[in-house]
Amino acid sequence: MKKVQWGGRWLLLLLTIWGALALSAQSASDTTFLSTLGELREADYSAKSAIVDRLSQGGHPSLRAVLTALMSGRLYFRNSDQQIFLVKSADSDPLQLIDPLTLKDAGSAPADSLTNIGTNNSLRRVLRTTVARFALSSAVAADRLQAVRDIMASPDDETTAILRERSGVETNASVKKEIATGLALAALTSPDSKTRLDAIATLSHSVSQDVRNQLASLIEAEKDEKVKRAAITAVEAIDRSRGFFSGIETLFFGLSLGSVLVLIAIGLAITFGVVGVINMAHGELMMLGAYTTYVVQMAMPGHIGISILVAIPAAFVVAGLTGVLMERTIIRFLYGRPLETLLATFGVSLILQQSVRSIFSALNRSVVTPEWMSGSLRVNDALAITYNRLYIVIFTLVVFAVSMLVLKRTRLGLEIRAVSQNRAMAKAMGIRTEWVDAMTFGLGSGIAGVAGVALSQLTNVGPNLGQSYIIDSFMVVVFGGVGNLWGALIGGASMGIVNKLLEPYAGAVLAKIFVLVALILFIQTRPRGLFPPAGRAAEDK
Amino acid sequence: MRRSKTFTAASLLVAGSLASTIAMAQDTIKVGVLHSLSGTMAISETTLKDSILMMIDAQNKKGGLLGKKLQPVVVDPASNWPLFAEKAAQLLEKDKVAVVFGCWTSVSRKSVLPVFEKDNGLLFYPVQYEGEESSKNVIYTGAAPNQQAIPAVDYLMKELKVKRWVLEGTDYVYPRTTNKILEAYLISKGVAPADISINYTPFGNSDWQTRVSAIKKFGSAGKKTAVVSTINGDANVPFYKELGNQKISAEDIPVVAFSVGEEELSGLDTKPLLGHLAAWNYFESISTPANKAFIDEWHTFIKNPKRTTNDPMEAHYIGFNLWVKAVEKAKSTDVNKVLAALPGLETPNLTGGMAKVLPNHHITKPVYIGEVKANGQFNVVWKSTGTVPGDAWSDFLPGSKDIEADWVTLNCGNYNKVTKKCSGQNYK
Repeated sequence: MKKVQWGGRWLLLLLTIWGALALSAQSASDTTFLSTLGELREADYSAKSAIVDRLSQGGHPSLRAVLTALMSGRLYFRNSDQQIFLVKSADSDPLQLIDPLTLKDAGSAPADSLTNIGTNNSLRRVLRTTVARFALSSAVAADRLQAVRDIMASPDDETTAILRERSGVETNASVKKEIATGLALAALTSPDSKTRLDAIATLSHSVSQDVRNQLASLIEAEKDEKVKRAAITAVEAIDRSRGFFSGIETLFFGLSLGSVLVLIAIGLAITFGVVGVINMAHGELMMLGAYTTYVVQMAMPGHIGISILVAIPAAFVVAGLTGVLMERTIIRFLYGRPLETLLATFGVSLILQQSVRSIFSALNRSVVTPEWMSGSLRVNDALAITYNRLYIVIFTLVVFAVSMLVLKRTRLGLEIRAVSQNRAMAKAMGIRTEWVDAMTFGLGSGIAGVAGVALSQLTNVGPNLGQSYIIDSFMVVVFGGVGNLWGALIGGASMGIVNKLLEPYAGAVLAKIFVLVALILFIQTRPRGLFPPAGRAAEDK
Repeated sequence: MRRSKTFTAASLLVAGSLASTIAMAQDTIKVGVLHSLSGTMAISETTLKDSILMMIDAQNKKGGLLGKKLQPVVVDPASNWPLFAEKAAQLLEKDKVAVVFGCWTSVSRKSVLPVFEKDNGLLFYPVQYEGEESSKNVIYTGAAPNQQAIPAVDYLMKELKVKRWVLEGTDYVYPRTTNKILEAYLISKGVAPADISINYTPFGNSDWQTRVSAIKKFGSAGKKTAVVSTINGDANVPFYKELGNQKISAEDIPVVAFSVGEEELSGLDTKPLLGHLAAWNYFESISTPANKAFIDEWHTFIKNPKRTTNDPMEAHYIGFNLWVKAVEKAKSTDVNKVLAALPGLETPNLTGGMAKVLPNHHITKPVYIGEVKANGQFNVVWKSTGTVPGDAWSDFLPGSKDIEADWVTLNCGNYNKVTKKCSGQNYK
């Protein structure tokens, strides 16, 4: 392969190639490149893989761009004259064409006048390793790191040589470390026992499962006692640190499951605690929030990243207004009659579900996850934290803090607390209790809507969204203590963690049953939950 | 037979839009449609109701059947399994329909089975299922396990050289039976039990963090690993999202799904699914003149050019055409005569080849394996040579490998070849 110093950025690449081309006009290598590329049109997947090999051996200035395009589904041919083009983005129509030789803009064409050159999983695997070799000399350290990992996924003599060459010039510490691991893995098969020992010493600091597996298979085959003992110690060390990180991982899983429950339970705790209404339509208010996210995303195509942020206040308003409407038209006539409110709100939940079915159809709607919420934060080889869950944990804490602030620091909060402690006295002091009831219900419902925005990032946005979460969040409210925000927080987090601690041993189904049974037993001994309402207010609840 | 005004209020409500087509009862043949239009299954079943209505409409435009118009009787069992039996009884006993197209979940089929057998009705069941059943009164136009699950596993084993298997399913009858068959099959192919991991999660499971992390660990043992997913509908989106977020790509650990089709993909963000696999007997993306005509007809009928077609719709298309042919051959809509006419009948598939009714009341089907593309369609990467005959009783389960279903010569759906007895689990 030709060694060319690539700029990481498109512009640089374009300039370099333009310069190169200006010197030598359409050369013989261009013709071979184009004709080999042309074979991709007709070939089946295994033949395509062979063509990719031939292309990369031939080497051509625009090889990297072409292979990257093929890997990401951006390589097309024109139906009319069979000519091959790269496109800027496969999603747009018309497609913005790029010439495969010069990598310059070649105008645009409607999407149905071109045919995509398809890839399958095994072909993309081949491409990933091939493209990774280019990325090894990228200017961005993160790209180089990923490239080293991709190359190590399918190691052979050639990749070892490439890595060794790179390690000589690499400056970034973490890339260097990754390369050292890769070279050490290759050295495990060396005939020299000293080399193997050194390699094991390097590898014993790793926490990667791959390294562990390779060492474990070395132990089975190893003849040299000293090397064998070193490998056993190294495997034990890796297992220890992996165990530690997997403990942290489980804890995070629990927290993130708990945070979803808390997010739902906060709204429920406010309406349940203050107005004393068991709102069976709470789940459907979340569903409204999720559908608001969908509508906002439809309304601002091209701004997926911001749309989620816009959706938060929008969902609060939509769900909050629905809540106020429910309170004003139905619930206020039913105060003090818990059974009737239960049935009435259940009825409302069915109405909301069916109206969503009529408006948006029974099919689920697709809410796109913005780029900044997908993927995971890689701490090390053994621990990665997914961004969407991380953001939801943070979001829950923010919503919790804001709700707390509203209840403790605002006039509305003061009135809500006054009404919940003693309705008659509050009324005598001149508080418009009816207005407070409506506002409280609106606040609780609005928070449900906000929870719906978060859920739209985790699960289906469909008419049944609310039902699947409502039971769990009722459990959290009962466990935490009715109407207590701190109870909802502690209750939700601990239920999430217990659930996740049990799941690896008992399975998801049994873990849920265990949690439910434990909750029943807990309620038997402490019927008022973790944080029972205290003082005189408790008496008449 | 009674006139239309004596219909119950309930059936009028659902069939309201069709009231105008209701004519004198003796001039029509009634066709029952038993699909949930509300509740959790409405998402999948509403489409099937619409596609049957479309085909009835087209048949009536061609002049009907035996000189009579077809008249749909649509009922809504509301995703409620006992209600399926009640509505089936209503269709057969009160409306006296000639045939019923319906059911999706296995539990709904099991629920209506006794009704169809007691009243001697005829049901066309259009969904891929776990097998281990053959009723005199049911024609299974969906895939049996040997027409979907086994070929998919074969593909992974031969083409992708998969050595380690995760069988991930939702906790109910279809995944449990299918996984039992697959486990027996894999072990018969020399896979060590330690290389198979089987797990079940509840319906609508939305927190996949622990499971996906476990799959990742299971898959990093240095052997090529694949996930065979029988995860049901709604739980799929969070599952694939979690796979994407934990950076498990289809190139590393491919997931092959048996219940994710075009319709399900239209409701979700396909980014995390790219390259993952699905095994079906029909894909909308397969380009044949028949399929193109069907898709165009569907878009015109539903008045939405973006609606997708899917595998169970094709199964209904095949089932409807088979029934029409059988009625024409028998010159009657009498269930016994139609049932006698059905075995051996053939009708073209939308994607090529012929669907033939076998004596065991299953049909022959081609098998396709597709990779998910960014536009929510499938890129076919493998297809069976010719069609595969549906096998009612799996050859890989010790309890059912000696059992045979044959309604032509043996007149039995559960005949034990060793003891030479017809035990008739469903039909006596």
